[in-house]
Amino acid sequence: MWNLSPEEERALIERIHAGMIGGVPFNTALGMRVEGVAEGTATVLLPYRTELVGNPDTGGLHGGVITSLIDAGCGLAVVLKLMRATRIATLDLRIDYLRPATPPRDVRARCECHKVTRQIAFVRAVAYHDDPGDAIASAAGTFMIFDEGRSPMGETVSKP
Amino acid sequence: MTSDLAALLAEARASGDPAALAAAVPYARFIGFSVERDQAGLVGRLRYAPHLVGNSLLPALHGGTLGSLLESIAMFELLLQSNAPAAPRIISITVEYLRSARPVDTLARAEITRHGRRVATVRAVAWQEDPGKPVAAANAHFLLAAPEE
Repeated sequence: MWNLSPEEERALIERIHAGMIGGVPFNTALGMRVEGVAEGTATVLLPYRTELVGNPDTGGLHGGVITSLIDAGCGLAVVLKLMRATRIATLDLRIDYLRPATPPRDVRARCECHKVTRQIAFVRAVAYHDDPGDAIASAAGTFMIFDEGRSPMGETVSKP
Repeated sequence: MTSDLAALLAEARASGDPAALAAAVPYARFIGFSVERDQAGLVGRLRYAPHLVGNSLLPALHGGTLGSLLESIAMFELLLQSNAPAAPRIISITVEYLRSARPVDTLARAEITRHGRRVATVRAVAWQEDPGKPVAAANAHFLLAAPEE
């Protein structure tokens, strides 16, 4: 298990932001940010925006926004587990919507890659406002790991 | 806030045309999602735009955009093919990613697998040129009961 000093973590987050902004247009469009990284773990933030609303009567975010945040955060968690420039692709992702998000609060997702094999990575995540114990959604999924090919996310990290 | 959505839903059910209802959803506009009706039923369309890309080196659409398309068409199928009084609440969704989705328009259809009193199960499939080669599919559960106000 690697641990980063606060300075190292900030530097790695900066590199990830450069990759996410330069290389992943939809993450940029959503306004996603990375708040914390550790081995196999990423906490990502999605600031509330009215363009992302799914139900104009309540102002609640669309479920697809939560799916997108969790998919991106889990992909990052896999990269932070592998720490090599490899291409990954989501195989499946199951999301349980535990309760509606409260507009206009920001949403975070804490995403963890808890197991990797040669070809498959296993992930789980919780989405919440401020307290991971009071989750909006929980998720579990799998990713394919390709050792050929390139990924904008993979190339932003290297072993600290 | 008054329920403009309920009025749009009633209109869509009466006319059979869901386009105005889809256009009233901010996130649908954000991702370029629209719904049309053909002989076989409702078809959702995710119009390609550069901001939907997830891997610009391949290039491929972001997995979240496909999940959004599948959840949206599943919801529309339910709204227009059932008499649910309000927007059903999604309980869970499982998205399967089957092929890399290229930077072109993506289409999707949904089918209600089971419609109970409280819960409906909906299957949705998305494809690009060839409906026989789906790029993603999803199974979703929705809670139908209107919340007590």
